[in-house]
Amino acid sequence: MTKSSEPELVIRAKGLRKTYGDFVAVAGIDFEVKRGEAFGLLGPNGAGKSTTMRMITSTLQRTEGELTILGKDPDKFGPEIRAHLGVVPQQDNLDRQLTVWENILVYGRYFGLSRKFLKNKIEELLAFAQLEEKRNVKSEELSGGMKRRLTIARGLVNEPEILLLDEPTTGLDPQARHVLWDRLFRLKELGVTLVLTTHYMDEAEQLCDRLIVMDKGQIMAEGSPAQLIKDYSSKEVLEVRFGSAGNSNAAKKLQKVGDRIEVLPDRILIYSSNGEKVLEQLTKMGLKPVTSLVRRSSLEDVFLRLTGRTLVD
Amino acid sequence: MSFINAAITLAERRSGKFGSSIFAGRPGTVAERNLRTLRSSSGLTFAAGFVEPVLFLIAFGYGVGGMVGTITDHGKTISYAAYIMPALLATSAMNGAIFDSTWNVYFKMQFAKLYQGMLATSLGTLDVALGEIGWAMFRGFVYAIGFVTVVGALGLLPSFGGALLAIAAAGIVAFAFASIGMGITSYVKSFQQLDMVTFLLLPMFLFSGTLFPLSIFPEWAQVLINALPLRQAIDLVRDCMNLNLSWSLLGHVSYFAVMIIGGLFFTTRRLTALFLR
Ligand SMILES: Nc1ncnc2c1ncn2[C@@H]1O[C@H](COP(=O)(O)OP(=O)(O)OP(=O)(O)O)[C@@H](O)[C@H]1O
Ligand SMILES: [Mg+2]
Repeated sequence: MTKSSEPELVIRAKGLRKTYGDFVAVAGIDFEVKRGEAFGLLGPNGAGKSTTMRMITSTLQRTEGELTILGKDPDKFGPEIRAHLGVVPQQDNLDRQLTVWENILVYGRYFGLSRKFLKNKIEELLAFAQLEEKRNVKSEELSGGMKRRLTIARGLVNEPEILLLDEPTTGLDPQARHVLWDRLFRLKELGVTLVLTTHYMDEAEQLCDRLIVMDKGQIMAEGSPAQLIKDYSSKEVLEVRFGSAGNSNAAKKLQKVGDRIEVLPDRILIYSSNGEKVLEQLTKMGLKPVTSLVRRSSLEDVFLRLTGRTLVD
Repeated sequence: MSFINAAITLAERRSGKFGSSIFAGRPGTVAERNLRTLRSSSGLTFAAGFVEPVLFLIAFGYGVGGMVGTITDHGKTISYAAYIMPALLATSAMNGAIFDSTWNVYFKMQFAKLYQGMLATSLGTLDVALGEIGWAMFRGFVYAIGFVTVVGALGLLPSFGGALLAIAAAGIVAFAFASIGMGITSYVKSFQQLDMVTFLLLPMFLFSGTLFPLSIFPEWAQVLINALPLRQAIDLVRDCMNLNLSWSLLGHVSYFAVMIIGGLFFTTRRLTALFLR
């Protein structure tokens, strides 16, 4: 493919906008995804993540702005672009009338893949999704997590160059989640570009090289997880609880403590470079939290700061 | 790693060709999917639509035919059963095509979210439209062949050649009804509306010269009825069955060509509007 030393841009959005009537779902955003990168979209419910994803998968037309996928306009080259993509939508849309095995087969046939190729490919994907024993079961008879796994496996059938995953691990048990992470790492090693949305900050930290935080259709911040933590949070966080009645009272006294505080319904977060020191300070002030915990700052704190919301799932 | 895989090679081959934004050249894979569901579904629903015209043929052909005796249409005198037989063949083809392109398509579109899945692959909207319409046509065609087989067993076929030609005509009829059926269904918003569509088929069936000649109607009503698709279908199939070949057949064929193209056009457009916008 391209030989330049600059990594190729596989997705480029400029002023990308989507409106439904008067409602602005995506408000003109700019971002770029390089080949081989793992790119994340974070944001609270309704931020516009899925809308953005669907515009990239060329199943939703943008209202305004530029968008190129592999150098092509998705509005004009839909089928051609989609041949390069693996799509895992937020909501499973499996073929309920077909079995697990047939679901992957038929999906591969839509891409024009030969039955011979698919026969081996399906075995590999069934093993990955740990659905070998369910191969002859109708997809509607699967459990929620199994359906999710099948949707992911199905999205890999054409050996995509860009894999788009909209909340891939929602509904998966921890074991299945780790299997998926492992698989995604391997695909990344092979040079597959990953674009994913998630509500799990640990997942975003683990998987994403770079991410954007969206809210109300706009990009609030962009960078690597480490960079974002550095830019938008302090080094450490002290979490204290004063019981549901005591929290707001204590919060008033804590205004000058640390760099910044965040009052949540059940606890107070105090951001500073040294959590232990802040805790000592509290004791001196005569405040006695029911529980206290010092931890490193995480992406969750960045999210909280940028969107003013706790994680909504 | 290079990403030139089979799916991409296929897609690139069509790149830049006319219609490549809506057509990948694989409607067959959509039909293939339907064939798989047929294997696991009950044959009963499939058979039901086929049995109906056969029952009509027996009940009316022999029941009513016993009282009516012969019938004269376009100057020819034939037995009543032989008169209604080609009309019921056309109806049979229509039933198969319409059933699939209305109720089944509506279910797939609104509840099964099937087309979303298909259109996330490298298929285009015209692939989906052609695949589904082709499948509905196939169903109508199978009904037609089944019906002709029954008619043959009853000894009602005028000639073998006529039967073959009539089956071919039934294929065109099925294609046209499948196409228009899916076109309409893709715009339908509720089961009630869909019910209306299928309800309209009954009067069309009763008054299109199926069970009695049009000549009993006043002139203006005849003109109106002649414009109906089932009337056109009956004329075409009847003339083919009786080897009554003339240029007027081309008129019917053009009528169906318009139905086919119109149905495909609106289906494709609507699929784009619903699932790619
Ligand atoms: N078809 C539609 N018509 C009107 N509004 C829509 C439509 N689809 C989405 N929206 C609106 O666009 C906004 C963004 O939706 P989107 O699905 O992109 O959010 P999201 O970030 O994926 O949220 P979640 O985390 O809940 O999946 C929401 O306010 C939603 O109500
Ligand atoms: Mg979403």
